[in-house]
Amino acid sequence: MDLTWSPAEEAFRDEARTWLDANVPRGLPSGDTREGFTAHLEWERKLFADRWAVVSWPERYGGRDASIWEWLIFEEEYYRAGAPQRVTQNGIFLLAPTVFEFGTPEQQDEILPRMAAAEQLWGQGWSEPGAGSDLAAISSRADKVGGGWRINGQKTWTTRGAFCTHLFGLFRTDPEASRHAGLTYLLVPLDTPGVTVRGFGRLDGDEGFAEVFFDDVVVPDSAVLGGVGQGWSVAMATTGSERGLTLRSPGRFLAAAERLRALAVERAGSLSASARDGVVEAHLRAEAYQLFTLAQVTDLAEGRKAGAESSLNKLYWSELDIALHETALQLLGSDAEVDGPWSRGHMFSLSGPIYAGTNEIQRSIVAERLLGLPRK
Amino acid sequence: MRFAPTPDQLELAGAVRELLADACPPEVVRAAWGPEGDTGRTALWRQLADLGLLGAMVPEDVGGLGLTEVDLVPLFVEVGRAAVPLPVAETVAVLAPVLAGVGSTDLAGLVAGDLVGTAELAGSGILPWAGCSDRALVRSGAELRLVDLTGVDLAPVVTVDGSRAAARTPSVAGTSVTADPAELERAWLRGALAAAAQLVGLAHRQLDLAVAHTRERKQFGVPVGSQQAVKHLLANVLLDLRFCVPVVQRAAVSLASGAPEARAHVAAAKAMTSEMAGRTARSTIQAHGAIGYTVEYDLHLYVKRSWALAASWGDVAHHRAVVADSLGLPPAVDPSALPWEAAR
Repeated sequence: MDLTWSPAEEAFRDEARTWLDANVPRGLPSGDTREGFTAHLEWERKLFADRWAVVSWPERYGGRDASIWEWLIFEEEYYRAGAPQRVTQNGIFLLAPTVFEFGTPEQQDEILPRMAAAEQLWGQGWSEPGAGSDLAAISSRADKVGGGWRINGQKTWTTRGAFCTHLFGLFRTDPEASRHAGLTYLLVPLDTPGVTVRGFGRLDGDEGFAEVFFDDVVVPDSAVLGGVGQGWSVAMATTGSERGLTLRSPGRFLAAAERLRALAVERAGSLSASARDGVVEAHLRAEAYQLFTLAQVTDLAEGRKAGAESSLNKLYWSELDIALHETALQLLGSDAEVDGPWSRGHMFSLSGPIYAGTNEIQRSIVAERLLGLPRK
Repeated sequence: MRFAPTPDQLELAGAVRELLADACPPEVVRAAWGPEGDTGRTALWRQLADLGLLGAMVPEDVGGLGLTEVDLVPLFVEVGRAAVPLPVAETVAVLAPVLAGVGSTDLAGLVAGDLVGTAELAGSGILPWAGCSDRALVRSGAELRLVDLTGVDLAPVVTVDGSRAAARTPSVAGTSVTADPAELERAWLRGALAAAAQLVGLAHRQLDLAVAHTRERKQFGVPVGSQQAVKHLLANVLLDLRFCVPVVQRAAVSLASGAPEARAHVAAAKAMTSEMAGRTARSTIQAHGAIGYTVEYDLHLYVKRSWALAASWGDVAHHRAVVADSLGLPPAVDPSALPWEAAR
């Protein structure tokens, strides 16, 4: 048991902190609006220019070859500095691990540097009007044509889809095969003829969602990631990253718990016993999440797989995030109804138990795969 | 950074687990509920002594294993899993290291398993394990005192966990051991840490029983564990439990290294595990249905021990208050005043 960082890791932390303190922009508008998204892209390009956009990636793609420990340190410093949301996250945290694992060398060289530079902006095309938690029920199809695939159908809930340039998604390429076997993972530029994107408002009113329509959209064979008919297993590799720590690193919640503590101190004159207890609870849970991930990263570093454990991460951080924001609203009293970071954060926290596989699905995974309870 | 037990630590915990699976099955815990206590305890204590466990935290030059709090956590998880009906935590984590620090003549007897020692520092007036112990470490003000229980006329107290052989703390002065505030705090924190680790093991055992039961038990022609409501109930237990484990481990690391945060980290561990214990007991009883609400079945042995430990060595309110203090939170005000009245 060793909870200390090496001198090299401490040096990495210092370098990250110094750079962030000097460069983090203040007061950007929401990245889930068109205006805000543009402002966030400037920030993403600044991160890239100084090689902080994708620290754990190889240098040739714009990274620093940072270890997973250093990545955790960077995330901690990133959120501690109050740096902006990552509007590139669905590319760099969800698609990229899949491209590293399943992409051809040509796909890797084509996609990764542009993604890191925030030139290609990726949205996720999984859910459909008739397929949410039951992802294998998707009906959007891609039919074989000479040299490529012709896509017809509809995707929805695509985060920041209205502002993205590309979409990665699952499409049914063999309607005769079983539900899971007939799927293929495709990479689609959104400026391809036949694609229509319509943005719409989330709970907070920002245009952070989009639905994407495909009418005879033709993509080349090189758009297939990981093999025809392999879509399900390729996609599942991404869900592990999405549920687990790469999308929601502990630094995010440690920073939020600290802001909550500061809010309680600021509101000392009206701090109720229950709100005070909520601050303690948020702190305990944020630290527990951090410690859990440190143990998990130790396992990863020593070659042990996380597997279904990522469902535990997802359940824990999503529920922690809601509880933390509910306490903030309690601390704010009648100010809670004023539009601001806490009220917006609260609304966003409510999406946590829904996206990346609802918490109901995660609990079933935990029960079946970690506890061994019968599926039927 | 390497936040995982070492192979040596896992091996020792594995040995303890094997020994207890064999030497402390539910029948042994159940037998300890008898009105006369149980002589099987003596044999079990001897086996723990033979493994060297009783002197785990005693320096090697005085006959112990010289282990730290970090090594101890996996061991106490196993003690909890088996609900050992003996003051293992009190002897190993509290009494023996305190006596080793002052060079007591009782130390050798404790390490060898000739003596059984209990400890109670909260000042509750109830001494757990009094009925099966030879020595007791108690607190008088800010002073630790050692009481020889031999021949003392005990007033037994019926507690929810009948295996704890509790009695009123006897009004015997005993002998002064130490009045060093740092020693006292360390003893208290070790006791709380050992309780937290046992709560983890106890929860594991309750969950294992619930999983085994709900896989087997059929209703409506299917195992009850295939029902989503039951699955989610037990998934929550695992979630709760798994996130307590690293918090307990961190508390041990901080305590072993003498970090100033040790007090807050132990408080976090004990607060979280104590709350988890309450939820786990409730959920695992529910998952069992009627059989969970009996003393015929084994579940209650583990549930009741976890209730006892959740309230010992500082309860949830105390430990959460310690954490609040470490965060520099201002005191709460009473918000019951109407808008035009002064806050209280």
